[in-house]
Amino acid sequence: MKFFRETGIIFRRQLRLTLREPQWIVIGLLQPALYLVLFGPLLEPLSRQLGAANAYTLFVPGLLVQLAVFGALFVGFGLIGEYRDGVIEAERVTPASRTALLLGRVLKDMLQMAIQGAILIGLGFAFGLRGSAVGIIVGFILAVVLTGSIAAAGYALALTVKTEDALAAVANGVSLPLILLSGILLPMSIAPLWLQRVSDLVPVKHIVTGIRDLFTGDIFSWGPFWAIFWTIILVVAGVWIGTRTFRRQNA
Amino acid sequence: MIQATGLARSFFTGRRAGRAEVKAVSGVDISVAEGEIVGFLGPNGAGKTTTLRMLTTLLTPTAGHATVAGYDLATEPVKVRQAIGYVSQSGSTSSQAIAGSEIVDHGMLYGISKQQATTRGRELFDQLDLDGMWNRPTKTLSGGQRRRLDIAMGLVHDPKLVFLDEPTTGLDPQARANLWTHISDLRTKRGSTVFLTTHYLDEADALCDRIMVIDHGVIVASDTPNQLKRQVSGDLVSLTVTSEEDVARAAATLATVAEGDVATDGLLVSARVRDGGVAMPDLLRALDAAGASLESIEVRRPTLDDVFLTMTGRSLRESE
Ligand SMILES: Nc1ncnc2c1ncn2[C@@H]1O[C@H](COP(=O)(O)OP(=O)(O)OP(=O)(O)O)[C@@H](O)[C@H]1O
Ligand SMILES: [Mg+2]
Repeated sequence: MKFFRETGIIFRRQLRLTLREPQWIVIGLLQPALYLVLFGPLLEPLSRQLGAANAYTLFVPGLLVQLAVFGALFVGFGLIGEYRDGVIEAERVTPASRTALLLGRVLKDMLQMAIQGAILIGLGFAFGLRGSAVGIIVGFILAVVLTGSIAAAGYALALTVKTEDALAAVANGVSLPLILLSGILLPMSIAPLWLQRVSDLVPVKHIVTGIRDLFTGDIFSWGPFWAIFWTIILVVAGVWIGTRTFRRQNA
Repeated sequence: MIQATGLARSFFTGRRAGRAEVKAVSGVDISVAEGEIVGFLGPNGAGKTTTLRMLTTLLTPTAGHATVAGYDLATEPVKVRQAIGYVSQSGSTSSQAIAGSEIVDHGMLYGISKQQATTRGRELFDQLDLDGMWNRPTKTLSGGQRRRLDIAMGLVHDPKLVFLDEPTTGLDPQARANLWTHISDLRTKRGSTVFLTTHYLDEADALCDRIMVIDHGVIVASDTPNQLKRQVSGDLVSLTVTSEEDVARAAATLATVAEGDVATDGLLVSARVRDGGVAMPDLLRALDAAGASLESIEVRRPTLDDVFLTMTGRSLRESE
């Protein structure tokens, strides 16, 4: 009870701070829209080759995961600002649960991503996305949960490096290979075998593949199973690492 | 309220070969009774903040143990946190946030209701001269206003033990005096215990029942301001004479009551005299008899700066 209350206080505070900087929300919404408008048409003629009846069942899941990964890896910037202002220390001197301090922030990131994701899917429909309604909903939820995992890890990273420069270096260094190897823009199935084997080692690839299966209505198969499996693993790992960092002294 | 023995903390800086140990605090014993206002006085880098961060559960001591507000620091940190308030040296509010909502959220994290936090927050804004700032973004506050907001943040949940790390830095004299009154009121009106750090001698003197002087991570003195001052032998008596001829006469007369040597500097003759005020009537008569004519006379009680000099061989100001 106490834990949920504390999580709620942090969540509302973070939400309020985000709403005070609306330009970021607009940019966050604009990005996926630009991808759809400027990149989607390129993909349409290729969709037969890529083995999809509807190009947007390939493309929208990839963009959803990109939103999750990119958005969440950079949440740490706000946290470094708060750290510098002494907010983290002020929160850590209260009896509030350290997990609540983390989770309140992560939930806000998940909400923000959920709104962006919903708009993305809505736009996708306008462009011609057709698929399984249940599958799309489950896939959407997976992407939102994935955001939580990566945001938690992003906060842990921010509190460890403590400077924007170092965070930018690490986050860029991580996100580029992650985006390339997880088949976000183009499915890994068209890659040469060695590249496929390498990408098999990236959990996010299995999540993207699984969400694509979900979108086409291939719900009870191995793809979605592995996607759910890896999402759960990543969430547990992310929250564990994040809480540990929030608990650590000097963090 | 606070019982600490052998509290110590080292930091390691640098890597590998350049790795060096910084002993920020090396074994301090602290004992603070309920309702006391205790001052922690020391120059930059003495270890004040490090000690406070240990006592507020933010930093794990490398040695020693402590009970704070009746709870063990190591085993019951959450109960310690619930009982204390902490105003850090470096601020506690986000520059992006609104002043009022920061203080309400902070209070709520201590478990008090939104309404209680709002009422108490507004009351503190009122007392700390922050009226009209409730809906202001914190980044639009002046430095001193932001500092007072930090102080209000630390007090919003009515803690029975308050830690203030250099609470008056950046405040103008009037705000400083106002804060002093507020800190005294914490004890008299709310029964709180206060542990504060400061560089300012006059502040420690005016505010504290007891002062601990810390230097290089070690407590070098702990006593009431008056007792500490008594350790410096005597008050400083300074005579300004009217002409050159009077200097020798005044110096000779002053030497009969002085504790140490008599110093002369131009027309100024000074020496330390035990109980300067009591010695004054006789001294004046003797000076008169010796025919030394005076321009002015000043008796200054020893300051904590004098104490610090006696304890550490350094003046507080020159070490800053
Ligand atoms: N995180 C840290 N890593 C390394 N050294 C540290 C760290 N924190 C403090 N120190 C060192 O410990 C010593 C004591 O620092 P502390 O902040 O306790 O001093 P202080 O008495 O509060 O000084 P000030 O009056 O400047 O606030 C200093 O020499 C400081 O450099
Ligand atoms: Mg300090």
